[in-house]
Order: sequence, then structure tokens, then C-alpha cells
Amino acid sequence: MTGNFDKPLTERMHSDGSVVDLQAYEQAGGYQAIRKVLRTGMTPMEVTEEVKNSNLRGRGGAGFQTGLKWSFVPRGKDIPNPTYLIVNADEMEPGTFKDRLLMERDPHQLIEGAMVAGFAIEADIGYIFLRGEYTLAAERLARAIAEAYEHHYLGENVFGSGYSLELHLHISGGRYICGDETGLLNALEGKRANPRSKPPFPPSVGLFGKPTVVNNVETICCVPHIINRGAEWFKGLGRTRDGGTKLFGASGKVKRPGLWELPMGTTVREILEEYAGGMRDGVKFRGLLPGGASTDFLVEEHLDLPMDFSSLDKAGSRMGTGTMIVLDDQTCPVGMTWNLTHFFAQESCGFCTPCWSGLGWAERILKSMEEGHGQPGDLDKLAFQTKMWAPGHTYCALAPGAAEPVQSALKYFHDDFERHISEHRCPWR
Amino acid sequence: MATVFVDDRPYEMNAEQNLLHGCLSQGFKLPYFCWHPALGSVGACRQCAVKQYKDEHDAHGRIVMACMTPASEGARISIADPEVVAFRAGIIEGLMLNHPHDCPVCDEGGECHLQDMTVMTGHDYRRYEFDKRTFRNQNLGPLVNHEMNRCIQCYRCVRYYRDYAGGEDLNAFASRDRVFFGRHEDGVLENEFSGNLVEICPTGVFTDKTLKHHYVRKWDQQFAPSICVHCALGCNTDAGERYGSLRRIVNRYNHEVNGYFLCDRGRFGYEFVNSDKRFRQPVLRGQPTSVAAAHRYLEETIAKGRVIGIGSPRASLESNFALRSLVGADQFYSGLADQEAKLIRQMLEILRRSPVRTPTLREIEECDAVFILGEDLTNVAPRMALAVRQSVRQQPMETVKKLKIPLWLDFGVRDAMQDAKGPLYIVAPYRTRLDDVATATFHAAPDDVARLGFAVAHALDSTAPAVAGFDDSTLAGEIAGALKAAKKPLVISGTSCANEAVIRAAANVAKAANAALSFIALECNTVGAALIGESPLSAAFQAVRDGYADTVIILENDLYRRALHAEVDSMLSAAPHVIVLDHLPNRTTEKAELVLPAGTFAESDGTFVSSEGRAQRFFQIFTPQNDVSASWCWLKPDRWRDLDDVLAAMSAEFPELAAVREAAPSASFRIAGAKVPRSPHRESGRTAVLVNINVSEPKPPEDPDSPLSFSMEGTPDQPPAALIPFFWSPSWNSIQAVNTYQKEIGGPLRGGDAGVPLFEPAALNGQPYFSAIPPAFRPRGGEWLLVPMYHIFGSDELSLAAPGIAQLSPKPHVAVNSSDFAEGMEVEVTCAAGMFRLPVRIYPEIPPGVAALSAGLPSLAGIVLPAWGKIERAR
Repeated sequence: MTGNFDKPLTERMHSDGSVVDLQAYEQAGGYQAIRKVLRTGMTPMEVTEEVKNSNLRGRGGAGFQTGLKWSFVPRGKDIPNPTYLIVNADEMEPGTFKDRLLMERDPHQLIEGAMVAGFAIEADIGYIFLRGEYTLAAERLARAIAEAYEHHYLGENVFGSGYSLELHLHISGGRYICGDETGLLNALEGKRANPRSKPPFPPSVGLFGKPTVVNNVETICCVPHIINRGAEWFKGLGRTRDGGTKLFGASGKVKRPGLWELPMGTTVREILEEYAGGMRDGVKFRGLLPGGASTDFLVEEHLDLPMDFSSLDKAGSRMGTGTMIVLDDQTCPVGMTWNLTHFFAQESCGFCTPCWSGLGWAERILKSMEEGHGQPGDLDKLAFQTKMWAPGHTYCALAPGAAEPVQSALKYFHDDFERHISEHRCPWR
Repeated sequence: MATVFVDDRPYEMNAEQNLLHGCLSQGFKLPYFCWHPALGSVGACRQCAVKQYKDEHDAHGRIVMACMTPASEGARISIADPEVVAFRAGIIEGLMLNHPHDCPVCDEGGECHLQDMTVMTGHDYRRYEFDKRTFRNQNLGPLVNHEMNRCIQCYRCVRYYRDYAGGEDLNAFASRDRVFFGRHEDGVLENEFSGNLVEICPTGVFTDKTLKHHYVRKWDQQFAPSICVHCALGCNTDAGERYGSLRRIVNRYNHEVNGYFLCDRGRFGYEFVNSDKRFRQPVLRGQPTSVAAAHRYLEETIAKGRVIGIGSPRASLESNFALRSLVGADQFYSGLADQEAKLIRQMLEILRRSPVRTPTLREIEECDAVFILGEDLTNVAPRMALAVRQSVRQQPMETVKKLKIPLWLDFGVRDAMQDAKGPLYIVAPYRTRLDDVATATFHAAPDDVARLGFAVAHALDSTAPAVAGFDDSTLAGEIAGALKAAKKPLVISGTSCANEAVIRAAANVAKAANAALSFIALECNTVGAALIGESPLSAAFQAVRDGYADTVIILENDLYRRALHAEVDSMLSAAPHVIVLDHLPNRTTEKAELVLPAGTFAESDGTFVSSEGRAQRFFQIFTPQNDVSASWCWLKPDRWRDLDDVLAAMSAEFPELAAVREAAPSASFRIAGAKVPRSPHRESGRTAVLVNINVSEPKPPEDPDSPLSFSMEGTPDQPPAALIPFFWSPSWNSIQAVNTYQKEIGGPLRGGDAGVPLFEPAALNGQPYFSAIPPAFRPRGGEWLLVPMYHIFGSDELSLAAPGIAQLSPKPHVAVNSSDFAEGMEVEVTCAAGMFRLPVRIYPEIPPGVAALSAGLPSLAGIVLPAWGKIERAR
């Protein structure tokens, strides 16, 4: 299914799944953004302004204004040295596989994005922090980085401009919490990957205590196109206020699970019905998590909402990573919630009490419910725990994220939970 | 200061601090776990949640962690808001999910911060119905017990052990609700300050293993404020007793001295008090005798005349003074070995002329450049090493301040600071345990340590004498530059090198850099003994050899540890009468005609002068049910009725010691007519122990010497700092009750900290530069310069009688750098003291011609160092 709109992120990708190499990338207009920046004498602040004007918001899930984040980096002569750019490629959100596509299929787009972003924040050193299980991406990124070094696109004095960027690929040891912006920094420093306290924020105190920007893969991949074609063009790609295109995905019992680059603000229904082909025959739609496991369930009444950062907030959910997990009527919502809570409990770093303690408790309650041992009062305990995990109550965003599927499942599938308790069994088993 | 509204009432709080600090300082019962005044905030436990409001119109507010929120001007918070009360209850419920129901058999029970906080929060009903997680515990050595099932994952242990104390072998492993705090495998905790885990841990994960062997609840112990006897720093302690045996030592907070922490030798060395070998009655010619007979013998012998007294650096000022008064000033000898006495005299002379007061340990923490000459602090004055470890954070802290990160925000500060460290230079004959944080280390023979010091002074001030033929001016220049650039430079030296030039070099550097100067002595009252008696041991030996004396009274001093055995032997056999007062049998008591059972710190009152020059009082913890008595009680004339009389006589005789009387309130001190109770309030059947014999309670022993009572009866109020036997206040049963004794958390105790400094700074620096610079050290063919190597566990005489410390003591050895020997090889060390067979340790950093010999270990006692000697492969 193809729409009549620009797809800057995916348009160069080969349909056979092979990688776009340096030559192919350049032939398709690649490495023009960095050339433009360096040859037309754009200043770092001008690049930052352009990205700010494009209204590019972080594609990792939180949706923070990218240009604004860059503007927090201290600049000038007397700043701590070096400055780091980190590409967060630790894609571990359940149901999410968008960054994987970008890295496996068009790694030079990411490298060029990192170069432009690095220039904008005056970075000296860049790291791509990659999820350990992404072995194909690791292989293809490593080769692409080597190609870029061979052609002197990376390293000292890029295009004779005086700008230098050292870019490294770091493969994570593998925990969900390493994908947290500051957990990542600790992991990269070789420390226990507990998140850090904020403030101080990474732009002032980041990797090894130096100014650091951490951006998601998809965010970085948007950057060269903004430079090439302008902030206004980028804003115009979206159907709503949040500009650009977005990689949307769907998994679950839909006809065509997959990933599509679509205008920001495409409705949930379009993605579910037109692109994913609707539910498989014989199963009915019950709800979906719009953007990975740590977003609230949406149900039938929400399907006509546009997928963007602001619209879903109003419905009490979040766009998150934009890759939906679809729940059908043949799958137990309690079992699904248990599965997700098990994941979050397992991935808690063990630092703050509501998270390490509460998630483990909630996981056990859901498991016992699913196994037919649910007790009256369990739902109150679960509801109480989700309040303990509210933003600000915990140290980082893991537990607030974990609260979202649980609190919304309790809201939309309350009867199913009650049946588990009253019937002393899972009705789906 | 900032005005902060708590539940709509204004309170003044320190604007440089967080809300938890402010609320606790104001006396609010706001529960917390992960925060500690010495460790700062990290926001792990989420227990100290409060509601914060934008302004007075904000009705909703939001929950914030008090420890992570600055106490900013006009901040409005609520502790009592129902939503935040429920949140805190939810946190404690979460913390208690896996906590065992073992309070009745847990060592922490009754003084557990987790118990206190649970009661404070109001969690009293268990809703969790699943299995608790369990762990396998580790054997962490003889001092600290490990019981991981009790853990609430507050991270305090690793933050203290790693970040504060510099330990590496304790860590957080695994994740989620199964974080394990321990070592990578069973084994003795390597850090010399591991015992503080017992107080840092808010519950019973880390407990005092020595207490476990003779366990008693806090509320059943009788305590008294005490001073550590195991080095010269004078850390303040509280010691607990029951049934005539000492059960444990806990930290007694003194803002200026030890703060919240002790070293392991100080915490666990106390068991010598309970030794089976103790003298518990007088022994006359090998036979136990009565107190009356002992006194009669003492009087008769003294009446015959010609008596000399040998004092002791490990006996109190009062005991030394009582002996001096008994034998006469001219017949009194300080008991210090000659070289040590000379060094201490030199140190005192410098300190008396110094324009700056010797820094306290707290002030040392605040110094921003430190130069150590010839000392391995961790093994000699351990608590000072911990203070110096904090000082290296001062200079990087300036960067943190520029970034506007609040200094209490511990992780923020550490993320910004990373591995940056301020200047710390260590010059010593061999490696020290602070090398890991040192900017640079330099290993040299004592004379060369001194030469580098003199060169640094010259680099700082060209009028200070130059060092002829000195060829390492780069390092000297670097050290001089660091000291010059610092706001609070500090020079540390002491007697470890047994070299006068080292001490003089330190004085030159301090003068040239206008730096604070800290001298380390070896024993708990070395400075005090030197103030009371000038004449060293050899003069006493001479007096006996010359036939001047026929009776020698030796006070708490094993002379065989201080002088060549042959010299001691000849003196003791030449003296017809030898009277010894001591705690434990040793070679000197073996030679005594009469041994009097001298009270240890636990059975005595008295005063020690620390190497800072601070006079500090310790109080009797219990009345022994035997003949043991403070040495000064054995020796005092009848006209001195009590401790205050001794102090009065002493200050009349020694104007410099007049201030010693101010070290603690006198015996007549009362609070609203009441004494200060040594025992916590009645909380158990303690007083019913004897009712099967007699229902009327026995009268508690009188204490004429202090304002403390041997009882739970007395004032309910908080006593002055010098009289605090234990920290307790309503709702605060753990040692964290100390919060309620401070005006501001982490600050001085209410009414001022204990102890008085004896040496007031001189108006001007009257100390001219020392100009006698020793020539460079030249190795001698066939002979080695033997220098002392101190061991935190082993070199101290008394703590070595504590089983846990003895277990950790290294075997005596000699450290060299020579290809003639291999690690572990058996050698014969021959010097004036005799021949000793020892294993060799290879220390590549030791300069050629120098060998370091274990100091103070029993089999090597009596080797007077430094000395020249031969080292040969054992045949």
C-alpha cells in the first residue's frame, strides 16, 4: 500500500532487504546535507535553529523537541571538553522494531544524521548505543561506519571543513534500562545501568560528566532531510501540528503486521485497517497499545484519533514509539497485562522502591490471577500500585511506563479481571 | 536561610540544603532510608515523599521527594496531606514485602531504623501474600555479619563503602527485587572502615559480628561516653556493657572529630577488655593477694624511698599525673622511647609556635590540597585517612558548584565530578592505602622524604633553606604549586618514619605554604604523656643502673615493646622492686614483684590528649565486680577524693593542662537536679533479673567521679556532648537518633562538640625555618636501613588481644625491593635487637638499601627502629 506522500526515511531502501551501501546512498542524494552544512558555512546554531523550526520531536517515545534539546548544550571556548553525541539505538520497547529497519537497511542515513547533529551540538565524539540482539544491524552499521571512515566522511577534518567527528558503535550488554537516556550513559561508562538524577541534565553533565545529547535513531535519521529540504517542508509532511513522517507499525493478530512510513497524524484506524489490513479472520479487535508496551490501551472509541504526540495524550495514552500492539478477543487481556508486567518487573534496575518492589508484587498478583488464584481485593492492590508508579513518584520513567498498560487494562477490561477472580480460572484457557 | 512553609506554617531552613535535611533539622518525623547526612541524596527509597505546592493557591500539589528537592525560599510543602501519607505508607509496605519477620531474633531489633520508620509511617498490616525472596549470605570475615534477606535495597552500603570509603570489594549485583549487596565471593571485607556498614545499614543486613558472640539488646546495655584507645586521633565512642563484659563500641558523633564514622580497629578492638587473661586482682610475687595487702605493700615500698615512676602513652593524663605526684616530678619518666619522645617534643614545640590551630578531622575533609610526609595514614591514624579521602573531592567540587548542582545531590555531584581528584601528594618509604586517590606518590628513605619536603618549602618560599644536591625539583615544584594554589592547604606528618628531619621539613612546608599542619602520634595519649613527663625511658634506665632507684613503678606500659630487650632486662633485674599496673599480662608484668589490676578505658574515668591536641574525657562504663580500678585510683593520695580533685591538682601544676577540666562537666553537674543515666529507659524485664532472690532492687553503684549514674534513673533530657552515653530519643531507637542531638543535621551537637583544644594558635609564626637538612640517603653495602611498617590490625598492642583483630593481623614480615630475595622467602634479619626469621615481601617501590619491618607485632616487639641491619637468606 503506497500513499501519495514523501517518505524521506525509507525511500532509498531496497525491496529485497539488502543494505543501501555508501555508493547507493550517495547516488540517491545521500551525504548532501552534511556537505551543505559544511560547504555553505552554516553555523552550529543555524543548524540547531533549522531543526528547532522543523518542530522535530524525539522519536524515542517522549517527544521532546530535538532542536530545543540541542540548544541546551553549552557552547563557546570555556566549555568542558569533549562534547558527545549519542544515538540511542537500544530499541527494546516490546512491540517496537522501527529503528531496526532504519539501521539494517539504510545505515548511512543514520551516520549522516549523526554527523549533522554532531555538527549542530559541536560534538567531538559520537556513540551509537545498539541493542545487543540487533546483530544484523551491528554488522551493517559497523561496515557503514568503516566505509564512511575510508572515505574520510568520519574522522578528522570532514570535507576539509575543520569539523571532526569520531563515531563509535557500542553494542549493549542488554537490559531495557540501558535504553533510558541516563541509564545508557552509566552503561556506556561501564557502570551499573541505573538511571541518573535529573538535574543535572545530560546536555550539561552527560557522558563522563561532559556535555552530551542523546537522540533516538529515527530522530537522527530525520535530520539530513530537514537540512536538505528545509524546516517548512518537514513540518508540511505531517497531517497535524507535529511535523514530519513517522514509522508506524503494528503487531498482533492483524492481517499484515508490519512497518510503514506515514505522515505524522495518520489515524489509528488507517494504520490498523488500511496498512495492517484489519484483524485476521475469526478474531475481533479489543484494544491496542499505540506505541509499545509502556503506553495506555486504546479501544474502539479511540480509533479515529490521529497518531501524534499531542492527540493521544488527550485520550489518556501516548504515541510512544508509534508501533502498536493489537489485542484481539481470543487473547486474554489479563494474560497480556501479566506478560507485559513480567517484562517491566524483570527489567527494573532495582533502584527505587515503587518500581523494584511494586512491579514484582503486581507481576505476582497478575500471575496468580491468570493461574486461577486471584483474590478479592487484588484489583485494589493493582490499582494502588499503578498510583505508586506515577511520574515523579519513581526515579525514572520505567515504572510510570509500566503503569500505563495495567491502569488502562483495569479500566477497559475490568470485567475480564473480575471473571478471573470469581471463576478462579482464566476464561481463555 | 529560606522560609519554607510546612503544612502552612513557616520554618527557617538552610537554603543550601534539601527539604528532608530542613524538615529533620526542624524536628519533623519525616521517614527516610537512602539519604544519610554524610552521603547526600540519591532518591532511591522514595520514603521521604512530601506534597509540594506551587503557591498558596495551589490546592492539588504534587508529590516530590524531600531529599531531592531544594529548600528554596517560599517553598510550600505538606507532610500531613492524606495522599502523601498514603504514598509513604505504600513505600514502607513495598520495602517490607520481602523483609523477614525476624525482629525478635535479629541483632538490629530495638535499634533498627527500619523498625523506627515503619512505626513512624504507620504500616502495620501485611497485604503481600507471596513467597519472599531469599538469598545466600556471605562470610565477610570476623567483624561484620551478613544477612541479606533483611535488605531493603536502599543502596546506602555500597554508596558508603565504595563512594565514601574507597572500598572496591562490595557491590550491588543483579536487579529488580533481587539486588544482592555483597562481595563477588565470600571473604573478609578489605576496607579498613567496613564496620561503619553496621551503622550505615538501616536494618540488620550488616551487623556487628563481635557483638553477636555476646549479644545484648541496646536497651539492656549500660553505656558511657568513651574515647577510642587504639590510635592517637581520639575518636569519640559509646561503649556498651552488660554483666561485667564489654559488648561493643558504637560511634559517638563529634562534628569536629570522627563525625559519623570509626575505623575497624577502633570499633572492634574493644574485646581486649573481656580477655580471660586480664589481671582482676593484685598479684604479689606470682600469688593473688588482697587489695589491702597490695596497698600496704605499695605504701611500705614507697616509704623506703628511692622510687621512680615510668608513665605511659596509653594511660590517661590522670594516671600519669597521679604516678608523677606519687614519685615526684624528678623521678617521673614519660614512658616514651627516646626517639619517639624526641620527635614528640619537636612536634609540640612546632605546634605551640604555630599561628594556625591543628586542624580537626572535619577541617581536614575540607582541605583542598594535602601533602603527606612519611605517613601511611590508614595503618597509623586510620580515621584521618578517611578524612583525607574526602579532601580530594574539594577541588573538583568547584566545577560542580559552577554547574549549579546542589552539593547534597550525591549522584549529580558524582556524575559531574567523575574521577577528578584534587591534589594529594604522598611521600613515604613505601606504598600507602591512600595511593589510589593520590595525585602522585614518591617513595624514598626517611632522609630523602625530609629532603623532598625541604625542597618543597624552598620552592614555595625562597627564604626557606635550599636543599644541596637535590635533583628532583620537578616534583617539588609541582607539590609547591598545588599547595600554593589551594585555598586550604594541609601538611601531614608524624612519627612513623622515626625521623626528626621529616617533622622539621613538614614544619618548613607548612610555614612556607601558610598551610595547616597535622602531626600524627602513635597512641591514644602519646601527646598527654609527653606533656606530663619530659624524661624518656633511657633516663629511667640510667637512674636504675646508677643505683639511684630501688623501686620502679611502671604504669600501663610494656617496656619490652619500646626498648631493646637486653636494656629492659638489665634495668628490671637491677631494680629490687618492680611494681606494674596493667590490664593484661606481658613481658614487663612477668618481671613485676607486684602487679596491680589497672582498669582499661571501660573501668576508668580519665582524659586523653589526641594528636590534634584535643583533651577528651572518657567515662567508666561499668563497675567491675573485682579489684580492677583505674590506675590513678591505685596511685592517688587520699586527699584527692575524686576525679575533679585530680584535675584540679593537675591544672595547678600544669597551666597548659588547665583547660583539661573543661573537657567535660564536673561530677557535680546535674540537669534539673538529676544525673545522666548510663542505661536506656526501662523497656524490658532487665530490672527483674534478680527478683527470684530479692524483690527489692539492689542499689546501683555510686559514681562520685562523674555526672553519670549507673542506672536508668536520671534526666530524660539530652546531656552535653561529652556526657552522651547513647543516642536515643522518642521514635528514634537506632543510632540515627543523633539527628535529634544536632541543631542542624550533620552539624555540631547542641551545646557544642566534646573536647577542648589545648594548643591555642600563636599570634605570629614564631617558628623559624629549620635549616639542618640531612644529606641524601646512601645505601650501605651489606646493610639495610630498617624502617617501621605499621599494620592497622596488629601494630596496636591492646586491640591485638581482640580475637577479630588478631585474626586479621598479618604475619610479621620484612618488605624489600631486591633481586636477592623472592616473595615469601624466609630470611634472617639481624640488628641490635637480635636475629629474627621472617618471610620476605617484595615491594618494588621501596628504595634500594631500605627495608620495612612489621612494627609492633609481638614477635618483633622491642626492635627500635630505624636501625641498620643485615638481611640474609635463612639457612
